[in-house]
Amino acid sequence: MSDRSFSVARVPGFATIAVTAFVLLYLPILTMVGYSFNASTSVSEWGGFSLQWYRLAWENETVKAATARSLIIASFAAVISTAVATMAALGTTRRGSFRGQTPIYVMINTPLMVPEIVTAVALLILFGVVRQVTGYQGLGYLILAHSAFCIPFAYLPIRARLEGMDLTLETAAADLYATPWATFRRITLPILTPGIMAGAMLAFVISLDDVIITEFVKSAGQDTLPTYMLGALRRQLTPEVNALSTALLALTVMLLTAFFLTTRKRN
Amino acid sequence: MTRETTVEAKAVGKTFGHGTSAFRALDNVSIRIDRGEFFTLLGPSGCGKTTLLRCIAGFESPSVGTILLSGRDITAEPPNRRPVNTVFQSYALFPHLTVTQNVAFGLEMLGRPKAQVAATVARMLALVKLEAFAGRKPAQLSGGQQQRVALARALAPAPEVLLLDEPLSALDLKLRKEMQSELKRLQHETGITFVFVTHDQEEALTMSDRVGVMSAGKLLQVGTPREIYNNPVSRFVADFIGETNFLPGVARGGVVRLASGEAVAERVANGPVTVAVRPEQVRIAAAGTRGIPALVARCVYFGTDTHVHMTLEGGVEVVARVQSPPSGDAGFAPGAKVVVLFAPDSVQVLDD
Repeated sequence: MSDRSFSVARVPGFATIAVTAFVLLYLPILTMVGYSFNASTSVSEWGGFSLQWYRLAWENETVKAATARSLIIASFAAVISTAVATMAALGTTRRGSFRGQTPIYVMINTPLMVPEIVTAVALLILFGVVRQVTGYQGLGYLILAHSAFCIPFAYLPIRARLEGMDLTLETAAADLYATPWATFRRITLPILTPGIMAGAMLAFVISLDDVIITEFVKSAGQDTLPTYMLGALRRQLTPEVNALSTALLALTVMLLTAFFLTTRKRN
Repeated sequence: MTRETTVEAKAVGKTFGHGTSAFRALDNVSIRIDRGEFFTLLGPSGCGKTTLLRCIAGFESPSVGTILLSGRDITAEPPNRRPVNTVFQSYALFPHLTVTQNVAFGLEMLGRPKAQVAATVARMLALVKLEAFAGRKPAQLSGGQQQRVALARALAPAPEVLLLDEPLSALDLKLRKEMQSELKRLQHETGITFVFVTHDQEEALTMSDRVGVMSAGKLLQVGTPREIYNNPVSRFVADFIGETNFLPGVARGGVVRLASGEAVAERVANGPVTVAVRPEQVRIAAAGTRGIPALVARCVYFGTDTHVHMTLEGGVEVVARVQSPPSGDAGFAPGAKVVVLFAPDSVQVLDD
């Protein structure tokens, strides 16, 4: 059936372009991974295989503290933003069209398109005022900021899942004597779970690698792993950065794999 | 035997939208459905039959009127408090639950004890012959099996009324015929009142104890399949249920005459009327005998019968359904002169 239809794979040069694109995408990453095992102190000169940079990073208390901070912030941000995004998704899909629907969609998704630096400056100013008034210096600012910019990322897969769900299922549950709460808990929520998991993982990864907003919002001594690495660039760049990046990459790849597995398993 | 009413709709109206875009889906519908009856709401799509069903289930609330269940006003009750269950057109099986869990859902929501739930589910799965599929998810079942799960799920809580919203429309012809007799059997075995919605007149005639014919939000006629087929109250009903010849006529002096002058029926009121005759009640005889002269236009072969299209004087077309002879050729050549006769008591006179 497909032998006469158009196939992009038969366009001349398709294979060349595809291979070039993949090389461009993955060569830098592979280089970085390779050089993270470099015995030399130079970032770009090969001096033999060694795991010393992983060992050094592992023994570096600053790195450990920054990693812990990154994971704490990302965990909180993922939970908070996913909870808010779930409610937003339910609120925008589980009712007929309402006045102001389009503005609300736009308002939820605009943060995806606003330059991050703008959000960062805005948060710097806002939290600066809050700091002066309350004197609070903790991780709360970073958690709040991360939760906020993760909401639209968590919202997208949850809303997609809700829109793909047959509304008759909820009607059927009500018909079978389920109260609105029982319908939500027994029918809507279980069907929505893959979307929520996907949203949470996406939010976690987005929070984990954020630099710009963190850099602006953090107080002294609140480096996350990415801002620590940025700082290392100013001090002295060693293959330790390669080792940290590789570890971060491995974590992200694992989460994204889990994301794809949970979203594909259903149906 | 005294008839006891389960569902009753009193002057129910439903309007969707406002102002100029308002759509009246139900217009002053009143209906009484007896306990244990197989009642069918029949009509073309958009006639309001599904809206009426949804009003009974509680998914829509009527704009005006009341819905009673066993004499109790349930108009304001939410669907989860009505002892009424629905078989949905799309089945709406819960995709994340097994067949057993789907069937158990209603009973669990009613807070029935575990042992009772298990026993009822087992009985329901046996009733629809799905014991072997208890552990499957809906996606692992065929369309017909899903249909049966939907039935078992809706019957399990033993509702006072089972509502069926065009449940057979997604099945192919053979499976549909099977499910039709399956539904009759289930209704007979459970004794539950069935309210069945369909646009298929044959389905309505073969399955129902009584049929309500709807059009444009109005209930036009309620009666047994025989009553609505043989004594349709209006041209719409006669046209929608089966095939009918409509002939213009005039009633004068107690006699109804066709345009060509033949007296075909009796009627007291004078005025223009429509004469309706079913094709199987039209007889064809040789030209020259007593009857209404006609010309054969063409014959259409349908297997068991042949439809003979004829033209009366004045250009009115009449179709006769005759049984096909073994040769397959009914023997009416186009252009042949014949006369047509209407079987006694087969002529319906409808107001214009």
